[in-house]
Amino acid sequence: MVNPATTETALPAGMALEIDGIRHAFTLEGRPLPVLDDVSFSVEPGEFVALLGPSGCGKSTLLRLLAGLEPPDHGEARADGVAITAPDPSRVVVFQDPTLFPWRTVRANVALGLEAQGLMKTRAYRIDEALERVGLGAFGNVYPHQLSGGMAQRAALARALVNDPRLLILDEPLGKLDSLTRMSMQSEIVDLWRRDGFTTLLVTHDVEEALFMATRVIVFSERPARITADIAIARDYPRHRSDPYFADLKRRVFGLLGMDATW
Amino acid sequence: MSDSALPRYALAAPQRPWPGVLLAAAAWAAAGAAIRFWPDEAEYTRTLAPIVFGIAVALSLLAAIGPYLPERAAKVRFAAPWAVALAIALTLWEIVTAKTGYLPRPFFVPPQELMGVFIDDWAKLLECVAHSVILLASGYALGSSLGFLTGLALGWSKAVGYWGHPILRLIGPLPATAWLPIAFFMFPSSWSAAVFLIALASGLPVAILTWSGVSAVGGAYYDIARTLGGSPRFLVLKVTIPAAMPSVFVGLFMGLSASFAVLVVAEMMGVKAGLGWYLQWAQGWAAYGNMYAALGVMAVMCSTLVTLLFQVRGRLLAWQKGLLRW
Ligand SMILES: Nc1ncnc2c1ncn2[C@@H]1O[C@H](COP(=O)(O)OP(=O)(O)OP(=O)(O)O)[C@@H](O)[C@H]1O
Ligand SMILES: [Mg+2]
Repeated sequence: MVNPATTETALPAGMALEIDGIRHAFTLEGRPLPVLDDVSFSVEPGEFVALLGPSGCGKSTLLRLLAGLEPPDHGEARADGVAITAPDPSRVVVFQDPTLFPWRTVRANVALGLEAQGLMKTRAYRIDEALERVGLGAFGNVYPHQLSGGMAQRAALARALVNDPRLLILDEPLGKLDSLTRMSMQSEIVDLWRRDGFTTLLVTHDVEEALFMATRVIVFSERPARITADIAIARDYPRHRSDPYFADLKRRVFGLLGMDATW
Repeated sequence: MSDSALPRYALAAPQRPWPGVLLAAAAWAAAGAAIRFWPDEAEYTRTLAPIVFGIAVALSLLAAIGPYLPERAAKVRFAAPWAVALAIALTLWEIVTAKTGYLPRPFFVPPQELMGVFIDDWAKLLECVAHSVILLASGYALGSSLGFLTGLALGWSKAVGYWGHPILRLIGPLPATAWLPIAFFMFPSSWSAAVFLIALASGLPVAILTWSGVSAVGGAYYDIARTLGGSPRFLVLKVTIPAAMPSVFVGLFMGLSASFAVLVVAEMMGVKAGLGWYLQWAQGWAAYGNMYAALGVMAVMCSTLVTLLFQVRGRLLAWQKGLLRW
């Protein structure tokens, strides 16, 4: 396996992120719709940060800015100290919607990043590896419309993983999976992250998932999104879902999300 | 006793002939009998009856060996109802023309006379088909490739869209045949004028539908390709073009039908070759049989070209579900 640290100039496997006073608004029906309101936080190389917040508060928007797909209205996001102005294959996104290319087989979809970067000659072996990892080894030659929703999501995950990202941005990547596959994919992603050391940002609606996977949870308010809590999760891996520590944290996070009554 | 326990030769036990194909053979035999033994109202060539009997014999042979054919080839038996229908149609045609003269000559021709045209004039017809196909292919290839590139540029570049849109809106709805008189004096030869007209007729729909296909490509596909490190060239070749392909093919089909229309008109008006010209020439001599023959050949030619395009589409768009099979 090629170690990025030996091929490039001693960059750590994970990317450092600084999000510095980002404000962003859309125009909806002629009126401005503020979505991100002075969001600032930084992420150490190799951290696993889960982002929680109510639906429509602006999490996906923040991820698009970090991917470099759109510039923020105000403020700046920096990757390893350099302002993010354009997309870069070192920062790979798994979008909320799998968006596989319907005209490509699953294998060709997973190959997309390698093709785009001209790495098909040297790294093609990674494709089958990634397909195996997400449990789609037997479905490489199938077209996306022949996959189930959950399989499509796993294919999208494989498409991100083949690129050896230094920052992996996951926008509810496991939303359509059944609870068992979901749990095994959670462990799979955590294992990969621990093995390869990339920085991970995970948006999820599942508080348990956030607590089980991440080293840190950031909670956002209703739109426009503002950070309401930043909680470190002081538990080593491998973690156990039944750990009473998580039950306490869960109550606290649900409280932050305005769900006291049922807890 | 199970099948596998039987000795091999037992599997080759005689099988019953296909009943549907047998019925078709009978229908053709009946048609042949009607042609041979029902006296003609006027004197016609006698070669048709033996051919129809020959078809009946061939069909009965097929019915006999059919059950032994491999499954792929055995699919022909599903055409049996059509074979019966054709025999009935031939008989009716024969009755209303040669036998009773119910449909007047020379505007309507009996099957014998049509067959005579093919026997006497096949070389000329073949030459006309070749001329038409070469002309059509030249114009269509030129038009659809230019149309495709134009559509791509219109959809991809804001500046091209700005200038191209009004022009296309003005020129687009104009039927290509309206350019005919101008084209024939502007171009050095009638052939090159016809190529231009066919290219125009096929290029416009291809350009418009490529453009609309390119505009409809979802932004999410570009987001994916860009975050994975795709260059603008990669985006065009690997996202825009494949995503727009279904729409491009709609344009290619529309362009093909439009080019048939222009081909025939151009051949009738100026190009002194091809099936359109043959039609015109036959009309001049009141040779109605030749006209029907040319029409038939033209139908086969156009249908073959459409089928070819469907096959290309089937290959390229195999990923689409629910694709119409031709
Ligand atoms: N391109 C856009 N144009 C206009 N408004 C937009 C656009 N994208 C997002 N929005 C608005 O921004 C707000 C935040 O959207 P975003 O997708 O970031 O929410 P989210 O936190 O990811 O929600 P969810 O958890 O449901 O995915 C929404 O109210 C949405 O209507
Ligand atoms: Mg979202």
